[in-house]
Amino acid sequence: MSYIMIFITAIFVNNIVLSQFLGICPFLGVSKKISTSAGMGGAVMFVMVMSTIATYLIYHTLLLPNNLTFMVTVVFILVIAALVQMVEIILKKVSPALYQALGIFLPLITTNCTVLGVAILTIQKDLDLSHAVCFALANALGFTLAIVLFAGLRERLALTNLPEAVKGAPIALITAGLLSMAFMGFAGIGN
Amino acid sequence: MDKTSYENLTRGIFRENPIFVMLLGMCPTLGVTTSANNGLGMGLATLFVLILSNCAISAVKNFIPDKVRIPCYIVIAATFVTVVDLSMAAYLPTLHAKLGIFIPLIVVNCLILGRAEAFASKNSVYQSFLDAIGMGLGFTMALTLLGITREVLGAGSLFGWNFAGEGAETMLLFIMPPGAFLALAGLIMAVNRVRGAAK
Repeated sequence: MSYIMIFITAIFVNNIVLSQFLGICPFLGVSKKISTSAGMGGAVMFVMVMSTIATYLIYHTLLLPNNLTFMVTVVFILVIAALVQMVEIILKKVSPALYQALGIFLPLITTNCTVLGVAILTIQKDLDLSHAVCFALANALGFTLAIVLFAGLRERLALTNLPEAVKGAPIALITAGLLSMAFMGFAGIGN
Repeated sequence: MDKTSYENLTRGIFRENPIFVMLLGMCPTLGVTTSANNGLGMGLATLFVLILSNCAISAVKNFIPDKVRIPCYIVIAATFVTVVDLSMAAYLPTLHAKLGIFIPLIVVNCLILGRAEAFASKNSVYQSFLDAIGMGLGFTMALTLLGITREVLGAGSLFGWNFAGEGAETMLLFIMPPGAFLALAGLIMAVNRVRGAAK
């Protein structure tokens, strides 16, 4: 599969949030303002690419040669948790400005299922390293696009007068449903 | 059964239902509930992991240093998830194939870690067991209900039994991704209504 095709499929056709339902928690939780949701998107992009490289290398050098593939879930989640912690420490030391922007989102990312999901999907799809990095980057971009669009819609909705029954979770879900419907328009591209 | 135990057991089923009230564990909720069977299967798998991880975490809570507790909880949960993953692959291969990536992802289900942190790390094994059963059943019920709604509206069948007849026109939207959001929004509105009336 070509690199461009990976990007188009992951961002529009099989959007990780709106059609694969990964990372719904941050999608619904951190999407009240465009600026914070863009920050979350940036943090996810950073961690997802790093963790995909780390888990890919561990899988192919450690787990596969030793017949330990059944350990995938345990090992991957530990690697991701450790990596997030490490990124937090390094970022704090090296780039305080970036830490200020992304810092509060980093602890949330361990339990963001997009990161573990993409790491496992990469293994299941049997991609090589360069395609895996590309796949991770594309999915992170897809996540960012979805969450920023959704935050924009919610910023507008916060100003409108809603019926009592749909306030809170229901209107958020309905909006997400409409956004997901809009993304269904991309279905079929690249087949 | 004394009052606290009863309270811990029933809390998750309706009053603090993990999906309809607390909005925890949304990914599998929306992702796998295209049919009632899938919803039920996913719910039971999560129930199983939740019971075992809550009991295990509550049993070892005094030995885990406070600073590394979250990684410890995750590893404990991941172990049980692997057990469920491999058992399902062996005994229920069709369901396993349908649930796919969402089985290993039980480990990052906020419900598991949330109950570990909020309940099992502070309470006895027996109480944590009751809490896990309540929360797990609440989760299973909600997933099955959502699965039933989507399957009936979208495919015209119920637990695989096709009542609408061959070639009937159904609202296909409900078994596609947008339908998941819309069906859940509808169910939450209904639950809010019932809760409002009960107050």
